[in-house]
Parts: sequence; structure tokens; C-alpha cells
Amino acid sequence: MSKAFRFWGLVPAWALMLLTLIVPILIVAAVSVAERGAYGGFTWGFDLTSYRQILFTEGWTDELEFDPAYLIIIGRTLAYAAGATLISLLLALPVSYFISLQSARMKLILVYLVTLPFWVSMIVRVYAWLIILGNDGLAERAFRLFGGWDVPGFLFTPGAMLTGMVYSYIPLMILPVYASVEKLDPALIEASHDLYGSRWTAMRRVILPLASPGLMAGSILVFVPCLGTVLEPMLLGGGKQLMMGTLIQNQFGGARNWPFGSAIAMLLLAMVIGVLILNARRALARQTEVAP
Amino acid sequence: MSAANSNIRDYPGFRLLTLVFFLWLYLPIAVVIYYSFNDNRLVSVWTGFSTKWYASALENAALMSALRVSLTVAVIATIFATAIALVSALVLTRAQGLKFRRVSETVVNLPLLLPEIVLAVAVLILFSQIGLQNGMVRLVLAHTAFCTPFAFMPIRARLQGMPMDFEEAARDLYAAPLTVFRRVTLPMIMPGLFAGAMTAFVISMDDFITSNMLNSGGATTLPVYIFSLIRQGTTPELNAVSTLLIAASLVLATIVIVLNARAMRREG
Amino acid sequence: MSRQSAIEIAGVSKQFGDFTALDHVDFKIQQNEFFTLLGPSGCGKTTLLRMIAGFETPTQGDILLNGKTISDSPAHRRKINTVFQNYALFPHMTLAQNVAFGLENLGWAKGDIKTRVDEMLEMVHMAQFARRKPDQLSGGQKQRIALARALAPKPEVLLLDEPLSALDLKLRQSMRDELRRLQRETGITFVFVTHDQEEALDMSDRIAVMGHGRVQQIGAPDEIYEAPENRFVADFIGETNFLDGEVTALDGDTATIHTALGIDVTTTQSGVTAPGPAVLSIRPEKIGLETQAEDETREGTVVSRNYMGGFTHYTVEAGGVSLRVSRRNAQARADRIEVGDTVTLGFQPANARILGQ
Repeated sequence: MSKAFRFWGLVPAWALMLLTLIVPILIVAAVSVAERGAYGGFTWGFDLTSYRQILFTEGWTDELEFDPAYLIIIGRTLAYAAGATLISLLLALPVSYFISLQSARMKLILVYLVTLPFWVSMIVRVYAWLIILGNDGLAERAFRLFGGWDVPGFLFTPGAMLTGMVYSYIPLMILPVYASVEKLDPALIEASHDLYGSRWTAMRRVILPLASPGLMAGSILVFVPCLGTVLEPMLLGGGKQLMMGTLIQNQFGGARNWPFGSAIAMLLLAMVIGVLILNARRALARQTEVAP
Repeated sequence: MSAANSNIRDYPGFRLLTLVFFLWLYLPIAVVIYYSFNDNRLVSVWTGFSTKWYASALENAALMSALRVSLTVAVIATIFATAIALVSALVLTRAQGLKFRRVSETVVNLPLLLPEIVLAVAVLILFSQIGLQNGMVRLVLAHTAFCTPFAFMPIRARLQGMPMDFEEAARDLYAAPLTVFRRVTLPMIMPGLFAGAMTAFVISMDDFITSNMLNSGGATTLPVYIFSLIRQGTTPELNAVSTLLIAASLVLATIVIVLNARAMRREG
Repeated sequence: MSRQSAIEIAGVSKQFGDFTALDHVDFKIQQNEFFTLLGPSGCGKTTLLRMIAGFETPTQGDILLNGKTISDSPAHRRKINTVFQNYALFPHMTLAQNVAFGLENLGWAKGDIKTRVDEMLEMVHMAQFARRKPDQLSGGQKQRIALARALAPKPEVLLLDEPLSALDLKLRQSMRDELRRLQRETGITFVFVTHDQEEALDMSDRIAVMGHGRVQQIGAPDEIYEAPENRFVADFIGETNFLDGEVTALDGDTATIHTALGIDVTTTQSGVTAPGPAVLSIRPEKIGLETQAEDETREGTVVSRNYMGGFTHYTVEAGGVSLRVSRRNAQARADRIEVGDTVTLGFQPANARILGQ
């Protein structure tokens, strides 16, 4: 490989990412400390108002009052992301384990079936749940038919949002969990039984620990995009239950407060990077533990 | 079935749970397809089979224009993203003693690591600051960026799975660098290249968050237009469009997944 | 040497970071020679081969092809071809296309390419498979195609990187004969890399034994086996007994050593520059049991016996020294020597060799 190609081959990627990603994020950081101007504009400067606004509102007489409104949104974002991750995890382990027990051909087909819906446009997938959970939709009618009772409506509930989020991201949990469960040597489970362990001992003390790298990787893969999710809260949550993604979206849409939107975006970015760094450090610690 | 419980690797309930899971996974897709053939204007009241909503969807000028925008952006972004991913993957897998390898790899994959809403906001501010008005150019640039890692991963996997022997054998047999690439490397990584390009295309076609943020007159993509339709209320026409999108996605996905599986089997 | 050497390795060193793969290697390979680089894995033989091919560049030193340096020319400009360990047949091309590949790059005329490809496929008995793809072939067939592909452009030197290691045992023997035949028929210089000493002894005109990034000895197969120049070579090629001892007299190529067995042996030596500690190397099959005819004898006790079919290996203890002895089972019902028996050990000094520490 020639020296010139070694250099020029990477230039397009660097140029693209610098231009459309790295520099723009630096600009967002700059805008987040800019002053909000009239009519949604801003003027450059160094002003922490936008960050202060996350915790405080200005009262009538310019004094700062603690206002938890945005803190609640941040908390809700974390709670929903954690909830969706937990549900995905609880579903993914048995499903992945069951798939891993099938014949080679069946495994291939089932893994294909897990990934397939993931390719369908996000908007279509969320829309589909809108139909199912909507007024007089499939879910309500099923409850009326089998349960014999009327439900007040599923749409715009936390359940609807969680359903949409889990549906959107669960393949990202199943694939890594399956990858680690599939490698599991059946003899280990037999050994556990041989040593007088029950099925649940085997699950708790053999399968779970060995699947934990996959569970951890899957949790990150689900948790991170859930933090920035936009469509589910807007459509399934009805736009009332704001999350950080929709809050940012609003600041650049109707509300037109770019500095505040940028501040929230920086906060979200910091949270995601924080999660990634924690995960990288955990993985590193694990590696050094294993190394002699 | 008395033997079922005697297999110590089986857990009671897992089979049922998996079955329910797969039903749940495909329920929404089935529902959309089913209702797209509903004769009734009301989505949830079935009155008979009809394909009229497909006809009306195809006659919807705004919808077709959104589709055109999406296709144009996706094709151009796919070409750029795949080309950039290809040269990056070549350097990152084939150059020996490369400096900044880790950093460069992270940079290529950056759009995957960060929340899309932040990236969307970032390009929006950038484009407004530098005064880039052209909606299509804005979309193509942004889409190229977030499609690149999706094109990059299968190409790099393919290159990593391909021993250097083949390229060395070609050089040994008097092939100049460009000939090595054209006659050996390229044909051998073709499945990866194809899978990468297809993935990039699907990702671009599906994108909502960035496209919505950059939405401007004349540059409304299909998902953004569908979103506006959803806001107006569910209609069978929407189901028909969604069904077409589902079909397209599933066909492309199947091609990519089968190609990947075949490539893996050949190597394994 | 009046003839121009095919390959000359001149003071070549190769450094990978802190690791020295090759350390000042110097030797020449003659025209039309079947030359083998033999050594354990990590000895630098593959690195050396890759440098001749042009896939690695020496950190220091020069490589010459027919007297002219090739250090500056890239792999695709060297009239040298390689048979790769895993054949590296292009999976997307037919066998004929594989064989034609080098000729096309050299700009041969279409008709000439076709004639040459047919001729090569004929030579390796693969003509009927010309249109197949490599993944439809067995290991031996792939091997033949790899050979045909590498020989087609009439290279000045053919490099073979452990080409037999991926084949099963039976096939390996017949491929050895095939390789020798091809080398004789084509008259091309073969440089063969292997870690298998039997292969090397069987096929080579000359062998370079490599170890620790250096050439330990170069010579014909029997020289390497019977007259090893140092401990490494004696130990790596075949089996041997090393008897510690003290050189008491030194006269050029011969020396006298007082061994741990308690006997003095005078024989050829290598690497001993002054009286002092040295070893006596004597191969197991060169030691006799129960025979009175040998010059040096000693009594010992059999402590173990391993029956191997054609041979029986014994371990005999004598004077606190343990010796491996092997005996050919020439008769179906030969006299049995059992564990615990007292035997007389003997060998001729000419069959032993004194080596420096």
C-alpha cells in the first residue's frame, strides 16, 4: 500500500466527520453558551443562562426560583430508557437461550426473524403500534373480547411508550445476548446438574454469569439510543410526556430557543458519552482481571 | 412430550415466551399490511378487501414527490458513504504500522456512538450558520455522514476475514497495485461492499430524526411526510404506503442478511 | 563458484519492533538448486522467504537475484513466484483463470496464454478441471494448481512456503516426489521453507538450518545430519544423545574429549576453540547393544523399552548417564532385550562428534 494512499484514503472520512459532526458539535457547544436573541435567534457570547434554565426559572422580580420541570424531564428520560432496557433484558435472555438450543438451521432462521423487523422504517414501526394501541384499536378490542372489560385506552400511556421503545431496540439486545449464550458449552450446564444444582441454580450460577458480557453490551446498545429517542414520545406518548429528545426537538421547532436546545443537547451528549466511558472502563477492568 | 422436561437444558415456559415474543414482533407489521387492504375509510373497521388505497397512494403527488426526494438522497448518500467507507476500510485493514488507527476507526463510527438528535441539531445549526440553503445538499451531506459507518462495518468485516495471502499472491503474479485491487480485492469483498451499500441505502431511506430537523420546502423525505400524515390521523392510504415500505425494507434486508450468512459460511 | 548464484542474501537483518526476526543472514542459493530453509517456527525462515518475494523489506542488508539487487523493486516486478502455504488460489476465478493471471499481468498475447495454461494444467495432471473453481478441489488438487500458477510465468526462482503442511500424510509423500520431478523438469531454482526435517532431508540438494534468526548450518542433507556443526543443528535434526565432557586435546578438526561416561573419545569436532567443557553428540542408531566389535564400550542397564515396529527404542543407564539407543528389528524374532537387563554399549568414535558448548 503506497504512502499516498495510506494518507489520502482516510482523508474523506475525516473530512466528512469533521465537517458534519465534530465541528458542528463544537458549534452546538458554543451556541449553548450564547445569548438568546429576539425571534429565536442568538448572539455569540459566554452566558450560562441556558444551563441555569435547566434548574431555575426567573421569577417576576428576576430572582431565581428552583423549578424541577426540566429535571423531571431528564429523570423521566433516564427512567424510560432504564425501563425499556430492563424489559428488553428480561425478554432477551429466555428468547436468546431458547434460540441457542435449536438446530443450526433453525438458529439461523430465528436470528434472521429477530433482525428482520429492525430493517423496517422506524416511523412505520411506531405507526403500527399507534394503530394497535389507538382508540378502538386492536388492543382495546382484544381486551373487550377476551377480558370482557373496557380499558380506558392504551395510547399516550407510559406502557405505550415503553412498548414502542422496547419494540424499536430489542434486536440490539438479543443479538449480543444470543452471541454469548450460543457459545455456552452444554457440558457446563450438565456439570452444574451433575453437582446437584437445580435448573435455576444452573441459570443463576452458570448461564447468567456466562451471558453477562452479552447482557452488558446489549444493555448499552439499547439504553443509549433510548436516551435520545424522539418518535415514541411524540407519537405513542402523545407529546405530553416530554423526554430529552423531544425537548431538544421542540427548542429547534416551535419554541425556537436554540441556546437552550443546544444546552440540553450537550447534556444528552455528556450523558451518552458518560455511559460509553463507564462501559469502556468496566470492559477494561474485566480484561485486566482476566489477564495473568 | 414427557421427554421435554427431562432435558436439563430446557426451561419451562421459555418455548411459550419465545413464541409470544415472535408473535409480538410481527404483530404490528401484520396489522399494517392487513388494514392496508381494508375497503373502509376508517382504519379499524374492516368492511372488505380492496387495493384502492394503493392506487390513491400512488396518485398522491406530495407522497410521490417525498418518495423521489428520499430515493435521490438515499442513492447519492449511499454512493458517497460506500466510497468513503471502502477507502477507509482498505487503509484501516491493510496499511501496516498505521498511526491513529484507533482514532480513525472511532471517527468513522462516530455517528453510531452518539445520539442522532444531537447530530441532527448540530448539522442544522452548522448549515444555518454557513448559510447552506439547498435542502437536498443538506440532506445528502447529513445522510452521507450517518450512513458511512453502516457501509463501513460489513466492508471492514469482509476485508478482515480475507487473508492477505490473496493480495500477496496477486502481487507475486506481477499485478500492479491497481490491478490487485480491481481483479482480486474488489471481487472478493463484493458481498461485503454490496451489503454495506444496501444497509446504507435502507438507513438513509428510513431516517426520520435528521431529515425532520432539516426539513424544508422541496426537501421533505418520505418518513417526514408520513409523519405529517400520521399527525393528521390514520388513514388506509397511510397503511398502503407503510406496507410498500415494509415490503421494500424486508426484501432489501433479506438480500443483505442472506449475503452475509453465505459469506460467513464460506469463511467458516 | 564460477556460476552466478540465483539468490544472494547479503547481510540481511529484520527487526519487528524490539524483536529481531533475522540477524545478519548471509548465504547464496545456486542456479537450478532445490534449496530448503529448515527450522522451528519463529526461526525467521518465513520472514526470509517473504523478503525474497518482496512482501517484507529488510531492515538492513541486500537481496540479489542473478547478481542484481532486488531490494528496491516491488513484489510485482520480481521474476520470482510463490506457492503459498494455504495456496491462496483466487476463489472467484476458475483454475485456468488462476493459472493465466500472472501471464496476463506480464502482458502475454492471448494465444500464448492459452497454450501455456493448457501446458501447465497438463503438467500437473489437472487439464480436465480447467473450468472448475478452487473450492471444488481437494487439498492435493489445490496444491497442483498453486504450483501450475506459480510456474506458468517461468519465474527465475520459485518460493514454496510450507506447501505440504496442509496435506494429509499419504498425499504428502507423493507430492514430495511430484515437487522433485517438477524441479528437475523445469530446471527452476526452488527455495523451499519447512519445519519438517524429513521433508527437507528427502527433497533438498542443500539445506540451510535456521534458528534464532540466524543460519546455523548450510549443507547437503547427509552433512547436516551426520556432521552437525553445533548443538542446535544436532538437536534439531533427528535425535541425539549429548554427553557432557571436557576436551583434553585439540588438533584442528579433531579433538579428544573425556566424557561423563568415563571414557575418552577422539573424533571430529566443531566449534571447540580451546580445551575445556564441550559435548559429545552420538545418535541413538549409532550405538550398539551387546556387540563386542565397537571401539568404545561400556556396560549399562536397560531402564525403558519402547517397541515401535520397525525399531525399538531403549533407554540405558550407564555411569549415571542416560542414553537413548535405537535398534532396527531386522529379524521377526530377534533376541529380546528387556528392562533391567545389563547390556554392553558400544559405538565407533567416527560416528560421534564433539561440539562446542
